[in-house]
Amino acid sequence: MASVTLEKINKVFGHTHIIKDVDLEVADGEFVVFVGPSGCGKSTLLRLIAGLESITDGDLKIADGVVNDLPPRERGVGMVFQSYALYPHMTVYENMAFGLKLAKMAKETVDDRVMATARILQLEELLHRKPKELSGGQRQRVAMGRAMAREPRILLFDEPLSNLDASLRVQMRNEISRLHHRLGSTMVYVTHDQVEAMTLADKIVVLRDGRIEQVGSPQTLYQQPATKFVAGFIGSPTMNFMPAKLLEGDADGCRITTPGLGELALPQDASGETRAAELTLGVRPEHLRLTDAQGENSFEIVNVEYLGNEVYVYLEPKAGDILLIHRSEAPSQWKIGQRVALVPDTEHVHLFDTDDQALGLATQRQVA
Amino acid sequence: MNQYQLIKLAKQLGKWALIAVVMVYAIFPFYYAVITSLKPSSELFQVDFWLSSVDFSNYIQIFTQKSFVRAIFNSIFISLSVVFIALLLGITASYALGRVRFRGRTTVMLTLLGVSMFPQVAVLSGLFEVIRTLNLYNNPGGLILSYTIFTLPFTVWVLTTFMRQLPMELEEAAIMDGATPWETIIKVFLPLMWPAMATTGLLAFIAAWNEFLFALTFTLTDDQRTVPVAIALISGGSQHELPWGPIMAASVTVTVPLVILVMIFQRRIVSGLTAGAVKG
Ligand SMILES: Nc1ncnc2c1ncn2[C@@H]1O[C@H](COP(=O)(O)OP(=O)(O)O)[C@@H](O)[C@H]1O
Ligand SMILES: [Mg+2]
Repeated sequence: MASVTLEKINKVFGHTHIIKDVDLEVADGEFVVFVGPSGCGKSTLLRLIAGLESITDGDLKIADGVVNDLPPRERGVGMVFQSYALYPHMTVYENMAFGLKLAKMAKETVDDRVMATARILQLEELLHRKPKELSGGQRQRVAMGRAMAREPRILLFDEPLSNLDASLRVQMRNEISRLHHRLGSTMVYVTHDQVEAMTLADKIVVLRDGRIEQVGSPQTLYQQPATKFVAGFIGSPTMNFMPAKLLEGDADGCRITTPGLGELALPQDASGETRAAELTLGVRPEHLRLTDAQGENSFEIVNVEYLGNEVYVYLEPKAGDILLIHRSEAPSQWKIGQRVALVPDTEHVHLFDTDDQALGLATQRQVA
Repeated sequence: MNQYQLIKLAKQLGKWALIAVVMVYAIFPFYYAVITSLKPSSELFQVDFWLSSVDFSNYIQIFTQKSFVRAIFNSIFISLSVVFIALLLGITASYALGRVRFRGRTTVMLTLLGVSMFPQVAVLSGLFEVIRTLNLYNNPGGLILSYTIFTLPFTVWVLTTFMRQLPMELEEAAIMDGATPWETIIKVFLPLMWPAMATTGLLAFIAAWNEFLFALTFTLTDDQRTVPVAIALISGGSQHELPWGPIMAASVTVTVPLVILVMIFQRRIVSGLTAGAVKG
């Protein structure tokens, strides 16, 4: 168990700059999840920590020691691969014992470690099987067992669940979470699935084009996204975005106008913005209310999805072509083709400036 | 019987007829060699398709010739050495060419392929000089060297192609487990490369076993001959008589091990050992 510190980490492949000035602290025992769209550099960042890629610039520290030039085995990290990458010619036992044997450990120690790991992961029955005789979930557990057997200080996961079907994914997600509580080891986990990130993480790192967009707890990221990108990436269904124009604003709040919704008074601090600035209003689906259409405030319902416990209502937007989404508890009285007015819950809306940065709340500022 | 069944029957018949033709074409020469070798020399020029009696005199004759027995051992030693060296070099080279990224990798691969296309005669005199200089003339070493030169490009090429198909993450998993490149090759790749190694090893063995031109050129004395040369040099009672019986007996003797080898390894060649390595 150990902390990990990334200081101005950069990675360049040939002429392409993939990881750009990443600073990050992973505390001892923390579960950190890297999340972001495909190709944003999550795996690369994880592989830099693992030692599978060389660091172009910056310092990587594990438990206060700079490990830039150490090979993986000396960094004390274990890794679970997306494809599991089990050794096909070895049994489950041999797969888990491989690293221990290479480290020239005594036979009894190897046996103890493998058995202990197998017990934790409920693999005892499977020890003499080959990988091809295992189900997807079992292979997944063996892959974790192999990474854990050497008792690494840090466990790394690269999209470990993406090859499993949906129900198994939920189950394994749970097992990983419980494993973390039980072992208390430092874990870094990569996924492109924001639900996995939200459910597993102590701390989420949102990456975009090789840069950190925001770091924070799942609650922080959901309730106070720092940028429009994070706001749109975290949460399902996604946040609604509508163009807005600033009418007036100071440190205590602002007034904006949005096509359809008309004028709104919001608690955001807009003192940094010029009059008539083009802003973006962001409202989560659960922070919209639907009422009967009134004059300009009239949106057509184009689809209604009933999910049992809740209902999603899709509305034709006034600008752009991404449908607006309203979410409420089932049952719902709304029908396709009806026209309704949208009333945002102004306490919970988000406002983004022209550079897609979130505007802070005026009240927060007074406290600070 | 309706028309559909008739067509089906005709198709079946056609298929088996075709198979029969191919089988006869491929096997008849060998079959005839076996028959000839089991006939006494007096009946040699009678054309029979079945054996009426079995006569081992031809086999007794060749196995009592010391030089032929010696040639078999020479051939075994040389062929096994070639297989061993070619596989060892081939595996390590294919790791470098298939797994390590470096400048000029494609050039090396294409050069390898190009080299393997030279006809033997083209390099014969050059190779002769090399072997003389290395003091390997009339020595198994000379043949091992020259066969390896001709086998290696193919071995490396096939093994590299195979190595590239093994998932990258397998190697990375080994690295994470603390394996050195050598340990990765020996403990992870080798067991997975058996099918490819069996194929290339077998082909290298057959090539070395059957090679004639180099074996004739680079050896001088009977005790250094390999089997193909020894067979060619089996002589009859007079200058005008070709001893077909013993020649056929010798040919059958040296072909049977190859047939057995192919049969042993064919399962290995076919089986896909990587099943279960990735995904589920
Ligand atoms: N070995 C490599 N050589 C060159 N480019 C690479 C290499 N590995 C990854 N990349 C590039 O880096 C970018 C980020 O890749 P990756 O970290 O795998 O993204 P993801 O967030 O989907 O895991 C991609 O554009 C990819 O093409
Ligand atoms: Mg990835």
